[in-house]
Amino acid sequence: MSMRPKTFSVTALPGFTGIAIAVFVMLYLPIVTLVFYSFNGGSSIAVWGGFSLRWYEVAWNNDEVQAAAFRSVVIAASAAFIATTVATMAALGTTRRGRFRGQTFIYVMINQPLMVPEIVTAVALLIFFAAIKVATGIQGLGYLILAHAAFCVPFAYLPIRARLEGMDLSLEIAAADLYASPWATFRRVTLPLMAPGIVAGAMLAFVISLDDVIITEFVKSAGQDTLPTYMLGQLRRAVTPEVNAISTMLLAVTVLLLTAFFLLTKKRG
Amino acid sequence: MSGVEASRARERARNGWLLSAPALILLSFAASGPLLIVAVYSFLTPGDYGNVVWDFSLDGWFRVFLERDIFDGTISAADAHLTIFWRSLKLSLMTTAITFALGLPTAWFIATRPPSQRALWLFLITIPFWTNLLIRTFAIMEVIRNEGILNNLLIWMGVIEQPIQIVFTETAVLTGMAYVYLPLMVLPLFAAIDRFDFKLIEAGYDLYASRLAVLRRVILPIIRPGIVAGSILVFVPSLGAYVTPRVLGGGKNMMIGNFIELQFGQGRNWPLGSALSMLLLLIVMVALLVYVRATTREGQNG
Repeated sequence: MSMRPKTFSVTALPGFTGIAIAVFVMLYLPIVTLVFYSFNGGSSIAVWGGFSLRWYEVAWNNDEVQAAAFRSVVIAASAAFIATTVATMAALGTTRRGRFRGQTFIYVMINQPLMVPEIVTAVALLIFFAAIKVATGIQGLGYLILAHAAFCVPFAYLPIRARLEGMDLSLEIAAADLYASPWATFRRVTLPLMAPGIVAGAMLAFVISLDDVIITEFVKSAGQDTLPTYMLGQLRRAVTPEVNAISTMLLAVTVLLLTAFFLLTKKRG
Repeated sequence: MSGVEASRARERARNGWLLSAPALILLSFAASGPLLIVAVYSFLTPGDYGNVVWDFSLDGWFRVFLERDIFDGTISAADAHLTIFWRSLKLSLMTTAITFALGLPTAWFIATRPPSQRALWLFLITIPFWTNLLIRTFAIMEVIRNEGILNNLLIWMGVIEQPIQIVFTETAVLTGMAYVYLPLMVLPLFAAIDRFDFKLIEAGYDLYASRLAVLRRVILPIIRPGIVAGSILVFVPSLGAYVTPRVLGGGKNMMIGNFIELQFGQGRNWPLGSALSMLLLLIVMVALLVYVRATTREGQNG
C-alpha cells in the first residue's frame, strides 16, 4: 500500500481529493469563526476588538443564561435517565433470544421519533399538552422532560442494542448452570457486560436532549427557556459575542461527551 | 413445533412485550399518540383565539390548496401556500443534490485513506453532525452575513465593492441547509463505499474504461443503497426544516415548517396547521417507503 504507483492510482478520481479537502475546510471554517469571535473584546460579532474573556463573563453572570443552562441540564439528565432505562429494558426484550410476533411493530414504535419530522411532533405535543394543562392545571418541567425522554429513546436504544447483539448467551448460561438466580445472573453478568452500551446510549440521549430546539420551543411554557431556545430568541435581536460564548461552551460539552462516547464504543471491537 | 417449543415461544414473546412496555407507553404518550390528535384536529373548525371548536369540517384540508374569495365566494388555488410548498420542495431537492455532489468525493476520500487515519477523518465529519443545529446555523450566518468573512474576503480581493446581501434570501436558506445536513449524506455514502471492492475498479480500467466510465458504470451502481440512504436522510429533514429557514430566511422565505408554526401562532388556524402537518408527514412516509423498497430490492439482487 505504501508504494502506490505515482502515475496511476486505482482509487483516485479526478478532483475528489480537492473537493473533499474543501468540504472539511467549509465544515469547520464557520465553527472556528464562531469560536474565534467568542473571544472578541469588542461588542461586534464581525469586527475584532482584541482578545478578551469579557463575553464569557457576561454570559456567566447573566441570570437568564444561568437559569436556562440549569434547566437544560435538569431536563437533559432526567430525560436521558428515563430514556436509557426504558431503552435498556426494550433492548433486553428485543435482542438475542430470537424473534417474536410484533417485534417489527416495537422497532417501528421505538424508531418513530427518527422518522416523523420534528415540527410535526412539536405541533402534536403542543396540542396534547395544552389540553392536559387546561384540564389538570398541572404546570412545570414535567412536560418538557417527558417530551425529551420520548424522542431520546431511539438514540439510547440503538447503542445498547448494538452492544447486546455483540454478546452471546454463553456466559449467562454458564451462570445459570452454576445455580445463579435469574436476577443474580442479570446483576452480575448481563448488566456489567452491557454497561458500556448503556453509558454510550445515555450520553447520546443527553446530547440530543441538550441540543433540542424545535420541540422545546413548542412545548415550553413562559419562563421555561432552555439554552438553545434562549439563543433562538437572542438571534432575533442584535447579536453580541455573548451568543458566541454560550455556543462555544455548549460546543465544548458536546465535543467532550462525543469523544468519551467514541472511546467507550471503540473498546467493544 | 412441539408443545415445549410452543410454550417457550409464547414466554419469549410475553417477556419481549413486557420489557418493551415502558418504552412503548412513553412513546405512545409523548410521540405517537399525539399524532393521532393532530389527525383529528385537521378535521375540526378553528376557534376564534386559536385552539378548535368540535365541529366536523373539511375546511382545514380545503385551505391547504385552495382559497375562497371573501366577497364573491369563487374558489381558486391558494397561491401563497403553493409558493411555500414549491419553495420547500425545490430547496430540499437542491440541498440533496448539493450535499451529494460534495458528499460523494468526501466519503470517497475518507474511505480511501489508510485504515489508521480513517477513524479520525470520520470523527471530523461526526463532530459537526452532533453539534447543535442552531449553533451550526448561527455559525454559517456569521460567514455569509453582510459584515461576515465571505463578503469581507470578496471585497478585499476586489471582486465586489459592496457586500452582497445573502442572509435573508433563499440562497442563504439553501447554503445553511446544505451546510447543516452535509454529514447526513457523507456518513451513509461512506458506509457504502467502505464495503466496496476496489478490485472492481481495477477490472474496469483493465477493460479500458475511462475514469468517468468507471465512476458511472461501476462505482455509482454498486453504492446505490448508500446514495438512496443519504438522499433520504438529507431530503426528509430538509423538507421539515424549521430552524434554518427561520434564522437565515428572515421571515420572507418561509418553508412548510415555519408555515405550520404560523398557523399555531399568529395565524390561529389550528385545523389548517394540523392538515399541513399531516400532509408533511404523508410526504415523508412516502419518501421512506420509496427508500425501504429501493434498499430491499437491492438486497434481493445482490
